[in-house]
Amino acid sequence: MHKLLEDAPGKTLLLLGNEAIARGAIEAGVACGATYPGTPSSEISLNLFQISRETDLYFEYSTNEKVALEVAAAAANCGVRTLCIMKHVGVNVAADALMTLAYVGIKGGLVIVSADDPYMFSSQNEQDNRYYGKLSGLCILEPSTLQEAKEMTVAAFDLSEKLGQPVILRTTTRINHSTAAITLGPISPRQAGGGFEKNPFMLVTVPAVSRKLHTRLLERIEKAVALAEQSPYNFVQGQGPLGIVTNGVSFNYVADAVNDLKLNGRVSILRLGFTNPAPKNLIASFLAGKERVLVAEEGEPFMEEMVKVAAQEKGFALPIAGKGKELFSHEGEFDPALVRRVIAAYFSVLYQEPEKLELSDLPPIPARPPNLCAGCPHRASFAIIKKAAKGKEVMFPTDIGCYTLGLLPPLNAADFLICMGSSSGTAGGFARFSGKQVISFIGDSTFFHSGIPGLVNAIYNNHDFTLVILDNGTTAMTGHQPHPGVDMEALGFGGYNRIDIEKVIRGLGVENIAVIEPLKVKKSIKAVEELFQKPGVKVVLSKELCPLYARSLGKASNRVFAVSDKCKNHRICVDELGCPAMYIQDGRVKINPGQCTGCAVCAQVCPENAILPAK
Amino acid sequence: MQVVRLIIVAVGGQGNLLAAKVLGEAALFAGVPVNMSEIHGMAQRGGVVESAIIFGNAASSIISDGEADILVGFEPAETLRALNRAHADTWVISSTSPLPPFTAALGKGVYPKIEDMLALMAKKTAKVIAFDALELARQANNPLAVNMVLVGALAATGKLPFGPEAVKKAIETTTKEKFVPANLKAFELGFGAAS
Repeated sequence: MHKLLEDAPGKTLLLLGNEAIARGAIEAGVACGATYPGTPSSEISLNLFQISRETDLYFEYSTNEKVALEVAAAAANCGVRTLCIMKHVGVNVAADALMTLAYVGIKGGLVIVSADDPYMFSSQNEQDNRYYGKLSGLCILEPSTLQEAKEMTVAAFDLSEKLGQPVILRTTTRINHSTAAITLGPISPRQAGGGFEKNPFMLVTVPAVSRKLHTRLLERIEKAVALAEQSPYNFVQGQGPLGIVTNGVSFNYVADAVNDLKLNGRVSILRLGFTNPAPKNLIASFLAGKERVLVAEEGEPFMEEMVKVAAQEKGFALPIAGKGKELFSHEGEFDPALVRRVIAAYFSVLYQEPEKLELSDLPPIPARPPNLCAGCPHRASFAIIKKAAKGKEVMFPTDIGCYTLGLLPPLNAADFLICMGSSSGTAGGFARFSGKQVISFIGDSTFFHSGIPGLVNAIYNNHDFTLVILDNGTTAMTGHQPHPGVDMEALGFGGYNRIDIEKVIRGLGVENIAVIEPLKVKKSIKAVEELFQKPGVKVVLSKELCPLYARSLGKASNRVFAVSDKCKNHRICVDELGCPAMYIQDGRVKINPGQCTGCAVCAQVCPENAILPAK
Repeated sequence: MQVVRLIIVAVGGQGNLLAAKVLGEAALFAGVPVNMSEIHGMAQRGGVVESAIIFGNAASSIISDGEADILVGFEPAETLRALNRAHADTWVISSTSPLPPFTAALGKGVYPKIEDMLALMAKKTAKVIAFDALELARQANNPLAVNMVLVGALAATGKLPFGPEAVKKAIETTTKEKFVPANLKAFELGFGAAS
């Protein structure tokens, strides 16, 4: 049995934040889940996917976040409790569905997890998704601890059903990827079956219907305000004339700082966990009689604005601050020392910062950026494309996945990236205006996610570029989740269909296609060189399994390579490929047999044929 | 209970997250409050993986620069790189077995000499325990058990708010069954090296 299914209320388990959220959904009797994977949310989905294999929970990896939310919206409109999981930028993809789903509402509880990523540990921006609550009119719940993350997930389902609206559970990386002891609660039985009652004049959003629905949404927001005012997730801790309003993990740093600075009895903390819509009366009563108030929140001044509005409406003139010079930044994540320092400065508390080590005499340490794994077929694909395009002035729009690491030397094969799917869309614009030959890279999962519309557009508008689809048979970056092109039978999962990327491309009418096996370097270079001669939209489909994934399928080879005495030390292998299995010892190139996967790409670029299978 | 802040740094693939999990489970067995956080993401892709573990009554799950009481490094250059997380009273435990980053192979930077790195650590912190954890892991018949060797060394310092028995119990319940004997052996060898 999956560990999150254990029916043992009161038992304590060490859980990752994402496991705690998945457990909360189980305790709430979740019967449907849908997602597109994205760090830091992915383990919520992984656990629910595993659980779906042994229960009647329905869980799917959808093609993208918009589709996931649409599936979720339908399930919830059939009365089924549903969890829809995505990273913060995924909500942008789902936003079209989200905004009008807020009008239409739901019958079974629908909780949308938005996993935000302050500091961008693994994201392209650090947008603050609390504003989606304001934009859509939906409630936002934000946990500070992992225990609370589990409990809020349960409460979010109840709140969703009480209001007839989806609820957004907003987390940050330090909730998703922290670990703590979690006390389990009782599991509500799952109501897996659903049904749909027709009511087109409330569910089909033509203008006349939507006008009614908007009125109803505003009434529901009023009801939500009353619930936020009374919510146990909005509470005051401590007392004193100095006030701090805080949320999420910042609350933990504030609580520690108040202890460390010995401010107990002087500082009162308003912790907001139900942050949208604003509990204005609660905030106003907190402000009454305070000397000054600090708002401690990562990201944008979301609560700071609501606190200032509440103060203005009551005519309070006390100083209120959060973001600003010497205070908190919009950028990055907080840490305990930063919060301690800002609290001390804002409230003029005497505070001696702990002495830092003097480290100016440390030698420079070579950087250790993430790198494509040893044997990664993307490395071979980049080498092939660059060799075939030699002498041409080329630019490389890229996309989101492991292959974004093609950015780094020595591959240097990434010139532009804004979002999932942007490789195929931007390539058309660059083909028209960059004055360079355009070669764009996209992975298989990203192609299904949002790469197809850009390719359709390019064919229709007759753009001239090459799209390289790096098909490694899995969603590698986020931990090998399946996607519509994956062989689910090989994973032991029945009941799925598989979509063949080559057939999709041919079906769209692309005539100039090179299907290559990137570990066959010379043959691939020739095929790509020929393709580059053709006009219009061209596609290279580069097919080779991710070696980590191949290993998990039991398909990895045992062969390893070694550098023989024939080596003339050109170092083309090291300089062009940058494979982490290669290193220099005593001025000679060596291959670490523990890392080599036997892909033989280095052997094929060596002009002396000096790299041979190890005996 | 006094708060103890521990940072573990390692190269992706060295088993940092499993080491952290073992220590978290050990704290749970011993009834010690624990909050941990880790950075995943690109970890599998050869970057640096960092775990923060806070034992005792603190609400935070991360550790600010200069505030780690113990720093454990699975690779000497990474231990040195993380020295900004330590303070003058910090105890440092490091493997001496190097894993030079591929940037060094590309000629973008020189990997510092191990004895120089250890001397710098010793100069700036209260105590340095350094040994070849890879060699001890090999002696335990599992070269992947570098993490358990270093957990053993950590348990020997007496700096953790629980004893070695809780850690051994956590190794038995948390690591894969077929690796438990080698992991316990690795733990013992690390414990011995630091005692």
